[in-house]
Amino acid sequence: MSSPKKIIPGFGLTMGLTMSYLGFFVLIPMISLAIQTSHLTWSELFKVATDQRILSSYKVSFGCAFVAAAVNAVFGTMLAWVLTRYRFPGRRLIDGLIELPFALPTAVAGIALTSLTTDKGWIGQPLAALGVKIAYTQLGIIVALTFISLPFVVRSIQPVLEELSPDYEEAARTLGASSSAIFFKVILPELKPALMTGFSLAFARGLGEYGSVIFIAGNKPFQTEIAPLMIVTRLEEFLYGQATAIALVMLLASFIIMFLVNRLQLRAASLAGE
Amino acid sequence: MTETTARLVKVPGSKGYRRENPYLRRFLIALSFLFAFLLLALPLLAVLSQAFGNGFQLFWNSLTNFFTLKAMYLTVITTLSAVLANTLFGLAAAWALTRYRFKGQGLMITLIDLPFAISPIIAGLIFILTYGRLGWAYEFFDERGLKIVFATPGVIMATIFVTIPFVAREIIPVLAARGTDEEQAAVLMGAGFFRVFFQVTFPHIRWALLYSVILCAARAMGEFGAVSVVSGHLRGKTNTLPLHIEILYNEHHYREAFAVSAILVITSILILTARSVVERLAKKESGPNVR
Repeated sequence: MSSPKKIIPGFGLTMGLTMSYLGFFVLIPMISLAIQTSHLTWSELFKVATDQRILSSYKVSFGCAFVAAAVNAVFGTMLAWVLTRYRFPGRRLIDGLIELPFALPTAVAGIALTSLTTDKGWIGQPLAALGVKIAYTQLGIIVALTFISLPFVVRSIQPVLEELSPDYEEAARTLGASSSAIFFKVILPELKPALMTGFSLAFARGLGEYGSVIFIAGNKPFQTEIAPLMIVTRLEEFLYGQATAIALVMLLASFIIMFLVNRLQLRAASLAGE
Repeated sequence: MTETTARLVKVPGSKGYRRENPYLRRFLIALSFLFAFLLLALPLLAVLSQAFGNGFQLFWNSLTNFFTLKAMYLTVITTLSAVLANTLFGLAAAWALTRYRFKGQGLMITLIDLPFAISPIIAGLIFILTYGRLGWAYEFFDERGLKIVFATPGVIMATIFVTIPFVAREIIPVLAARGTDEEQAAVLMGAGFFRVFFQVTFPHIRWALLYSVILCAARAMGEFGAVSVVSGHLRGKTNTLPLHIEILYNEHHYREAFAVSAILVITSILILTARSVVERLAKKESGPNVR
């Protein structure tokens, strides 16, 4: 990018607009968080760090988001594979549906999944006969998080699969590799950065998700309360310090994930540039 | 799986051929249909069947309730404001970041990405900490008679926050990939900023812009977490449709809750259709490399 600053007009206008907008909507609110953090007392931190209910909400949030991202890593890879490798009737329909979780309001997803999986629901009723409960258990949280984070994995992997040249597979085949060996030793290594990116994005999204989960979770203390819900309840009690302390742990996790994703994308870009 | 079952199949979109096991192919396609049906299609059908299951008249009656109409109105206003503000911002940010070099570009991109990285609940929290009754900016606005938290401005601002990256993130790579040669030429021939933008740059980014506006609208319409924290759930005042659904559902007004949900389901299906139409039109016009 060789663009001498003064040749193209609009620098003052676009920079001014961008900086004041980001300042007003992002920077100022983030500064409030920093101020609130600096006012945190040790006793507040201690209370949050030792509150069993909050600790189990972290366990639920991280655990369920991880399982949901892992489920999506498997089924999302399969969907990306089927959508790029095969041509079949209904392919475009599935391809369009993949994006549904981005377009459907999370509250709607929440009540829809709940109504499907309660004891009276289309899916819940036959499962209840087998003794499996989804709604109002951690399994329900996993189902909701799997729903909302599915597109992240599929859309990360799809472009890489499309670009993958068939030559490597053919070379491996002529050297006598079996289908499974080709998939695990030739294709999967190529997909790894995209898969990790998709997994991280799905995990991060699951960690912060609120709308779809609160309906299906049942929100039982120590069992199906998620960390964002604990922030909301502390806010409703005007315990801003505690709410901030809970949020800081989640923020730290998000920043680590964001950092990893950026590193992965940089590495993928530099590999592609070789 | 024996190798003798493999057969040669043309690679979609290229001249090459690849070996493929027909049984594996059928199995994976069937599994994909099953997964997509159970996880994606069935929830939609559940909403629609519960909304229309008792006839269209009951569905209609559940919608023409005063509070539902109010919530619908607020959702439309909020979505329009957020899309408009973020489109202007996204274009300006993409222009500034790709047309000039300056210190702090990395920081700027991080700030733009931030709303995607943090939980919507935390987005709501930071607005409460700033403009809420105990927030440091509360007095400033209160003295001027402006209520932000638990009022419409807060709902709109929280929605803007969570949708900030949509347009900027989509336009930045398109503008970066195009380079600045055409714009420089136009400037040398005497065109001003707006002329350069509308006549030189805009035609190249209009599909990407439309695409991102559609996705931005979808998210703005459906935002729940951030809005739920700052709105205070004042019925008829600060309730958007998603929040209204929550109230109806928690009060066991299931029919109404699903009727309102059906509206949003239909809207999101329309959004998805529009998205894929735009994607196809863009591909047709400018080759397979552009979205």
